[in-house]
Amino acid sequence: MLLEMAATSLKNSSVMRVIGVTKEYPGVLANDSVSLDLERGTIQALLGENGAGKSTLVKIIYGLVKPDSGQMLLNDRDFHPKGPQDARSKGVGMVFQHFSLFDALNVFENIALGMDEAFQKTHLRSRINSVSEEYGLSISLDKIVGNLSAGERQRIEIVRCLLQNPEIMIMDEPTSVLTPGEVSDLFVVLRKLASQGMSILYISHKLEEIRSLCSKATIMRHGTVVDTCDPRKLSAGKIAESMVGNSFSNPKKSKIKAGKVLLELNNVSLKSKRTFGVPIKDISLRLHAGEIIGVGGVAGNGQDEFLGLMSGELSPTKGTLFLDGQDVTYLGPVERRKKGLLSAPEERLGHAAAPEMTLTENTLITAEHRMDLSKNGVINYSKARSLSEKIINSLDVRTSGAGSLAKSLSGGNLQKFVIGRELIQNPKIFVVNQPTWGVDAAAAASIRQRILDLAKDGAAIVVISQDLDELLQISDVFCALVGGQLSKPTDTKKLNPKTLGLLLTSSDAGKAV
Amino acid sequence: MDLGDIKISLLLASLIVAATPILLAALGELIVEKTGVLNLGVEGMMIFGAIAGFIATIETGSPWVGFLFSILGGAAIAFIFALVTQIFRANQVASGLALTLFGLGLSSLLGHSYTGIKPAAFSDLHIPILSEIPILGVILFQHDPIIYFSILAVAAVYFLFRNFRLGLILKAVGENHDSAHALGYNVILIRFGAILVGGAFAGLGGGYLSLVRVPQWTEGMTAGAGWIALALVVFASWQPFRLLIGAYIFGGVTLLQLNLQALGLEINVALLSMSPYLVTIGVLVFMSARRSRGSLEAPRSLGKTFFGL
Repeated sequence: MLLEMAATSLKNSSVMRVIGVTKEYPGVLANDSVSLDLERGTIQALLGENGAGKSTLVKIIYGLVKPDSGQMLLNDRDFHPKGPQDARSKGVGMVFQHFSLFDALNVFENIALGMDEAFQKTHLRSRINSVSEEYGLSISLDKIVGNLSAGERQRIEIVRCLLQNPEIMIMDEPTSVLTPGEVSDLFVVLRKLASQGMSILYISHKLEEIRSLCSKATIMRHGTVVDTCDPRKLSAGKIAESMVGNSFSNPKKSKIKAGKVLLELNNVSLKSKRTFGVPIKDISLRLHAGEIIGVGGVAGNGQDEFLGLMSGELSPTKGTLFLDGQDVTYLGPVERRKKGLLSAPEERLGHAAAPEMTLTENTLITAEHRMDLSKNGVINYSKARSLSEKIINSLDVRTSGAGSLAKSLSGGNLQKFVIGRELIQNPKIFVVNQPTWGVDAAAAASIRQRILDLAKDGAAIVVISQDLDELLQISDVFCALVGGQLSKPTDTKKLNPKTLGLLLTSSDAGKAV
Repeated sequence: MDLGDIKISLLLASLIVAATPILLAALGELIVEKTGVLNLGVEGMMIFGAIAGFIATIETGSPWVGFLFSILGGAAIAFIFALVTQIFRANQVASGLALTLFGLGLSSLLGHSYTGIKPAAFSDLHIPILSEIPILGVILFQHDPIIYFSILAVAAVYFLFRNFRLGLILKAVGENHDSAHALGYNVILIRFGAILVGGAFAGLGGGYLSLVRVPQWTEGMTAGAGWIALALVVFASWQPFRLLIGAYIFGGVTLLQLNLQALGLEINVALLSMSPYLVTIGVLVFMSARRSRGSLEAPRSLGKTFFGL
């Protein structure tokens, strides 16, 4: 009896205890007396909205950020990492959200940079190979990282982390860039690691993922821990509620009658000029006022090119495009914007927003003409600023103000800003790729609701997304984009998981329906 | 064309002498740029190294002390750049340009009373046996120690980036300073160190100019050598041995055209004087065009200021 109790207490003992950690940045209390227990051999979730303080907390644990006050215990001993190297040597590893890899270096060099003690090349190589074999994390050591997919990059990070034999592994939104197949592979690895006694602190927005993977969840809001629960026993809605602090409603789709044709693509083809680009093959599509077309498909099947064709960044090699009856085939993005076709690409930093410019300047870039932010070439900054502030307020973008640089915003917050910037311009046609990428549940629901509202007001909308649930929830018509080909539009209500799967995996999407 | 008056082996030997200041400065800049810092102040660091070494040699009578002061002088000027760009996070391009102007001005101020003096000679080091080899001995093994050092340094830098952990870390900082920081490397400290080393190399190159190559002090005597060194680094696509080839081609054509001018060839002098630049750029462009891209690209964080997390 006593032995048994000892055994269970050992099994449930905490590896890491965070007690009352506080960290203040100028103007923001990022962590306000946060406490957390990480149990041995479990996968534990850290949940919260964008800007709730999760990233700050894990950076403190990993030694990247020094807390103002508070205490941390690792195996009941004081833990105050001087830096990441110190944290790693004591058994805390981390896999980053935006991968901390070096594009120009090869896989081996990238891993070697994460090693703290001296090593011999051949010895390290064989260690890497044995770790990657044991966990089924296949990587080839001599490839240049810049040419690898997101999934492959993540495997490198995980292998690099595992080579340190950590007791604790922190994963910051590991699945946000992965395809569904890669996600399930990752989960197999994580479960195996946990069963071998490793503790994993798992940060994610995706509640369903957490419910299937984690046995304990710590929920943060505005820098404080608001709840600790067993996510398997609660519904996703309940968890989301305690994240946000109040209940939020799922977007409601109202019945809309499709109006006239606003956008028309006739046999549009494109030869991609990018090295890893996907050519678009013979796409025809009619988009009606009030209609939302969902375009699904795994990343890298021509999504970027498809969006570029519609936004005007790319000119088709064949075919024509009509916007509200006018030929716009060879018009660029600025002209199309003036005519009411707005778009929001997937890559937030560098494509949708200029990282080194302020939010106000970023607003100017796309809204200058439609919102009359300039006159005879002279910019009206006060108008631009107040418009940016309006965007920030309407989508609850967490930032210190319209004057902050785009790159200083967290991923989810910048996404909210980028979407809000287009929505506020009342587009006639709105094309968006991955509208809720990296955005927390409540904000995602609000973005989706706004897209639905926009359709209700008579706009035609194309939503490209890898999140099928999202597409099924908001779109009227569904198409699959596979290998640069678009399947025939199907009424979303007539879809079931089986027909959907068939559409998405078909190599000959054009004839799938 | 009659080249009989120009002795090929002597020409080759002296091209090495002509190329060494540029080679040294460029090698230093290569290390700096590998860590992601663009220091446009090479010219300023070189000329300050030249005057510092020159004064020290005149005052002590020892070229060795002179070279030591060249190194220290170059590093001292680089220290200002490091302080301004790494600690106070100033723009690297503007700071580098300012450094060049500052170095030129300061050196002519200090060197005012040293014009026209001849420094103590720096003796060559004939390597036993090897220097006796006909032709090759004259070209390669009858030089002064700084030349041997410069060639060894090229090899050392090559192996540093190829085989050593330190080289990998330097490269990582230059490729992506945010990632390097996230892994726990001290970006600022590493860059600070690299800038000092780069300054030391540039200073030594300048010292070689005023103590061996010329040897005397004239105002503005670097005459754009620092800028050539900067260009060489880019055209050599940040690879040490290409730098060596580029510097020697430049040195060689410079000498050749001087000799041709002396011969009174009927080619426009302006054309001859621009030939070293054209030939060097042409050869390096040709070399980099043939290889696959990727390994030839600039460090991704080059010229960007690191602000931390």
